[in-house]
Amino acid sequence: MDKAKNYSLGLDVGSTTAKVVLVEEEKVIYEEYARHNSAVVEKAAELLNKVKEKFGDLKIKMAISGSAGLGLAEKVGLPFVQEVYAEGEVVKKIEPDCSCVVELGGEDAKIIFFDGGLDERMNGSCAGGTGAFIDQMATLLDISVEQMDQLSLNAERIYPIASRCGVFAKTDIQPLLNQGARKEDVSASIYKAVVNQTIAGLARGKKIKGKVLFLGGPLYYLKGLQKSFKETLNLSNENAIFPEYARFAVALGSAYYAEKTASKVMLSKVIEKITKGEKNTVNGAIAPLFENEEDYVAFKNRHNLAFTVKRDIKDYEGKIYIGIDCGSTTTKLCAIGEDNSLLYEYYGSNKGNPVQIVKEKLVEIYKNKNEKAQIGGSAVTGYGEELIKNAFSVDIGVVETIAHYTAASYFKPNVDFILDIGGQDIKCFKIKDGAIDGIMLNEACSSGCGSFLETFAKALGYDITDFAKEGLFAKNPVNLGSRCTVFMNSSVKQAQKEGASVNDISAGLSISVVKNAIYKVIRANSAKELGNNIVVQGGTFYNDAVLRAFEKELGANVIRPDVAGLMGAYGAAIYSKRCQTSRLMRCEEIEKLTHTATSVICKGCTNNCHLTVNSFGEGRNFISGNSCEKPLKISSGFDQLPDLYVDKRDYFENITQKFTPNKNYKIGIPLTLGNYELMPLWFGIFDFLGFEIVKTSQSNRKTYELGQFTIPSDTACYPAKIMHGHIAELIDKGVDGIFYPCLPYNLDEKKADNHYNCPIVAYYSELLTGNIEELSSVDYFYPYFNINDKKQLTKEFCGYFGEKFKLNKKEVAQAVEYGFNCLNEYVDYVKKRGENALRFARENGYKILILAGRPYHVDVEICHNIDKLARSLGFVVVSEDSVCHLAKNQAVDVKVLNQWTYHSRLYRSAQFAVENKDVELCQLVSFGCGVDAITTDEVRRILEKGNKLYTQLKIDEITNLGSVKIRLRSLIGAIEAREKNSL
Amino acid sequence: MEEQRYVPFTEEMKKDYKILVPDMLPMHFRLITKMLEKSGYDMEVLKTNGPEIAETGLKFVHNDTCYPAILVIGQFIHALQSGKYNPHKTALIYFQTGGGCRASNYISLMRKALEKAGFGYVPVISISLNGLEKHSGFTLSVWEIIRAFYCIFYGDLLLSLKNQVAPYEINQGETERLAMEITEDLGSKVGNMGISFGTVKKNCKEIIEKFKKIPVKRQNKVKVGVVGEIYVKFSALGNNGLEKFLLSEGAEPVVPGLLDFFLYTVHAKITDYKLFGLNKRMYPLFRILYKFLLKKQKQFIKVIKQDGYFDSPTPFERIEKLIYGYVNTGVKMGEGWLLPAEMLELKDRGVKNIVCAQPFGCLPNHICGKGMMKPLKDKNPDMNIVAVDYDAGATKVNQENRIKLMLACAKENLMEEIAVTKS
Repeated sequence: MDKAKNYSLGLDVGSTTAKVVLVEEEKVIYEEYARHNSAVVEKAAELLNKVKEKFGDLKIKMAISGSAGLGLAEKVGLPFVQEVYAEGEVVKKIEPDCSCVVELGGEDAKIIFFDGGLDERMNGSCAGGTGAFIDQMATLLDISVEQMDQLSLNAERIYPIASRCGVFAKTDIQPLLNQGARKEDVSASIYKAVVNQTIAGLARGKKIKGKVLFLGGPLYYLKGLQKSFKETLNLSNENAIFPEYARFAVALGSAYYAEKTASKVMLSKVIEKITKGEKNTVNGAIAPLFENEEDYVAFKNRHNLAFTVKRDIKDYEGKIYIGIDCGSTTTKLCAIGEDNSLLYEYYGSNKGNPVQIVKEKLVEIYKNKNEKAQIGGSAVTGYGEELIKNAFSVDIGVVETIAHYTAASYFKPNVDFILDIGGQDIKCFKIKDGAIDGIMLNEACSSGCGSFLETFAKALGYDITDFAKEGLFAKNPVNLGSRCTVFMNSSVKQAQKEGASVNDISAGLSISVVKNAIYKVIRANSAKELGNNIVVQGGTFYNDAVLRAFEKELGANVIRPDVAGLMGAYGAAIYSKRCQTSRLMRCEEIEKLTHTATSVICKGCTNNCHLTVNSFGEGRNFISGNSCEKPLKISSGFDQLPDLYVDKRDYFENITQKFTPNKNYKIGIPLTLGNYELMPLWFGIFDFLGFEIVKTSQSNRKTYELGQFTIPSDTACYPAKIMHGHIAELIDKGVDGIFYPCLPYNLDEKKADNHYNCPIVAYYSELLTGNIEELSSVDYFYPYFNINDKKQLTKEFCGYFGEKFKLNKKEVAQAVEYGFNCLNEYVDYVKKRGENALRFARENGYKILILAGRPYHVDVEICHNIDKLARSLGFVVVSEDSVCHLAKNQAVDVKVLNQWTYHSRLYRSAQFAVENKDVELCQLVSFGCGVDAITTDEVRRILEKGNKLYTQLKIDEITNLGSVKIRLRSLIGAIEAREKNSL
Repeated sequence: MEEQRYVPFTEEMKKDYKILVPDMLPMHFRLITKMLEKSGYDMEVLKTNGPEIAETGLKFVHNDTCYPAILVIGQFIHALQSGKYNPHKTALIYFQTGGGCRASNYISLMRKALEKAGFGYVPVISISLNGLEKHSGFTLSVWEIIRAFYCIFYGDLLLSLKNQVAPYEINQGETERLAMEITEDLGSKVGNMGISFGTVKKNCKEIIEKFKKIPVKRQNKVKVGVVGEIYVKFSALGNNGLEKFLLSEGAEPVVPGLLDFFLYTVHAKITDYKLFGLNKRMYPLFRILYKFLLKKQKQFIKVIKQDGYFDSPTPFERIEKLIYGYVNTGVKMGEGWLLPAEMLELKDRGVKNIVCAQPFGCLPNHICGKGMMKPLKDKNPDMNIVAVDYDAGATKVNQENRIKLMLACAKENLMEEIAVTKS
């Protein structure tokens, strides 16, 4: 070391790693990187000690950065530099001609624009897809991050994966894996999702161009991700820079920052200050799970009472029943005897291909069973139900809910509440009079479930079992909140910053999982509400910390069967006892079975569904990913059932001009949001006035992608976001102008307190003007109109368009009159079709389902053909606006302000369902719809008061139809059980 | 007869009920409640905080509801459960904005939550410009309403002066103490005082004089404007002590007052008439009220201007003009057009650094908050705005990290400006 020289040191402590960079006279002479596994203080001291060992006790200028570095900097009294700012320092010094920096870190994503004024952006609080997300995905694929990277380079196709939130993406990937999609393709698709998220979520309409610098760990290591960024952004090699110092940029920037601003200190002094003193006391700690060892022993003994008899499969003679639960991350399989004794059990990750696992295990059962035993029946349940059923000729497919109830009632015949926390989902069933009375499933966004705990354990360097044990005797469990995974990630970050120990974090996470289930999924106020005989199950409940936390939160004891993780399979096995003879494949056939999966795009219609064709050898195929029966080349006849969603779509498709255009002006009207009802009105008016009208049609995924990069708010609902694509489409079609009015007030149906639109439907045009630059190339009309008063509308229309298009008041008045006629025609049509559908169902004995949402939910891309799915299950589908006028009580008792036109229809259609025995209702809810936070509770209340089941289907960019199907089938199962009971 | 949809606050109750007020604008609300004590109401502004508030809220309100609703309801139920108050002798009060935003449902949600928590009998008084409900025990006379308006004036003045002095005070905490002292003192007097503007003017002058006397050390500090959804903008409980945080980071917070929001809601009624021909009957009244308020605001600004020592607020009419070319003033749900307008107003008086505080998933903010960022930045490249989401699950560290990023840029810009002025 040279005393005359200037040394500066940057320390960057992020969410998962710590980095240190030492600069000697502008030259980097040392850099080091380590995972801190939440031991922030120790790791920071360790890194600094290494520097000291190597270079001696330097006199340095030092600054600290990173999300976990803030507390540290305060403690030591060194300057703290915000990490994005630190990166800016690096760019100014090393790459001054760079126009943009993209950085992905453990849990943050950042973009800095240098062109046109410095503009620095970080991901919002609801945006996971970053380094930690990629780790999580690799775990899901059961490969290392390196392997995933390698695989991605050999991809052949890209699947659409939700790019907004990590949890969402996960729900998209899971079915892909279950359907047998290639890991190569899935890996590349994950990268593509990360890229899209970064661009859509951060650039928000600002173009990323020029020389781009990519920083951060993931972008340093992952070649596939680099490739994906380069391709998506269309960057040349010269303009896409992946520097050597990518991982250390923040630390380096801090060193540069220190050089300018900090005063000199001795390294040893810094280390001393860092290690000195008590750990911070953590805010909001909660009571420990167990006070002492005895408590724990008593708890263990109590739960050991719920057990199954186990026998050796080799000795068992008689019929064997096999149950398979092919879940989202794990496959569970068990074989039982006639007396329900457990002969064989398997619980394990399905490693991305459940077919292979089930094959191995079935062969194992066959090979081990006694000669005097034969297979009496088999049943399969779970996400992969159909795949497995087809692959192995399993006798019965059981809905998950029924399988679980069957198992739970074996342990507790009078069970009235089942809570199942699995790897990916939380399921709760309420049981009344021996039938399932209510089902609650977690929404994609609140999956604080088993796999979350597991990923977290791994991130902190623990095995899940050890991690759980760490938490059992934690003194001060951290209060981490009860929200989604992404939020929990940052809560943990905060706890780390405050110096919480691993024990406290582990216990805190278990408590969070439980709180999430109780308050977010079940939405209960107290234990009493759940029931008196509660059975808990699912792999997550093997974790004693979670079990204990649940009991403590409820203040009641519950039953956890010893086969808690196998309950679906165990229930399926019991269920299969109703088989007379089993058609399950013989052992030789199974051994011969081969499984390959190829992906194709269905050409059956314009939907272009991505299909996965699973072939099992001998010409046997199973197709998945389809949204209709067409590619299966079979017909159940259900496709022909009345469906108001189809009727409405057709109606909008078939609106055509009646008059000959004479204005020489092409006006574009997007078929989005409010126009899904008002299109006939506007179309009629402009048609009458002699405009040539260009309207958009049903959206598809491409529509969304077309406008994706101009969306400013990533948490807005999908129906709003897709509007950007419609506008882009209209501009592409060469329209002269686009019309989408601002309507704070919707049609007044005189049935509610008021008749508003939600803020999004009302004002989205204002947002479009400001955010889509291309709109300046056309006329954009977004007037404020009153659509409840023809005279007023005429006046406003004249005021807005009169001068430009030389319209006189008289013809506008006539046009408005004509427009309203068109609108009324449509409204009448919907009502008539609704009544027809009801009549058809009643005459032919079909169940009726109100798919209750908003008018724009009929768009195929928004509702993802859920109506079709419902039809395939034997429902006649009607929409809320086609039946709400039929409710006898039009003045529904609503406990909230009933002030939005669309939502008020929901209440009336719920009332209609209550009044009619043969009508069920499912509510479609767009993710991010704030108004529905209010309506869902009200619709549920109305239905439950009338003894109806409430089912909610949350839909977004991409929706996993698998889980929708489970919900609808559970609904059918529950209806049937009720009917049976009432007989 | 139709079933009563809510528990009314009766005259009988006025005698011995305590009315709880949520903690949103400590000085404004304290002034008004002290003033109303003179009319015989026993009121208390809640001071509780901590994670229990949000947790209580989450238990009784749908978790996807806006954060302000979760906090306000959580704070009320937490208080009722605390044992500190006799729930049978307690009423709650909250103002209802009305309009297409879901915030207009706060009162309904509150009643639902109270029912769930076993407090269905507790009356909730809603104050609204639309006069949605009748409570025989809570009626305000014209004089009381005018006094309440003046309390808003005083509150805004105190808020503004406090923020202008506190960052530079020599004796830490002195400004805050003075602001509280004046609030208590003025609150107890305002109920008796005359309502002539002369009195108001005199009071304002006195307040200004008192703040001037606080010893300060002038230095260059970054000024940071705070705008956003009304509750999280003002409430320390809602924004994790944003003002304090900005102070501790060496910045001067600039928080536009409540009066603008009030004017904005009146203005919305007038817009409804102008755009849609609605409110035909009430329009003339709203117009008179609007003009009256504008005039009062101008007088009030003049008092500060004449003294000349402190920065004064921008007249509402000017704010309305600033927004032209960005968004139509027909956007009137939530904070609507006022939100970007306030950002422009801040910029107009040299405050280019702005925190836009919003509850996570706030619907009107999609349009007027996040949706306006691009046009604002396009036309004013020197604006340095950070949008921060507040939510029961969002962590302070993430929020502060984002604000620090904004501050880092702000400080750099300030250095450059100073360098330029020096040379």
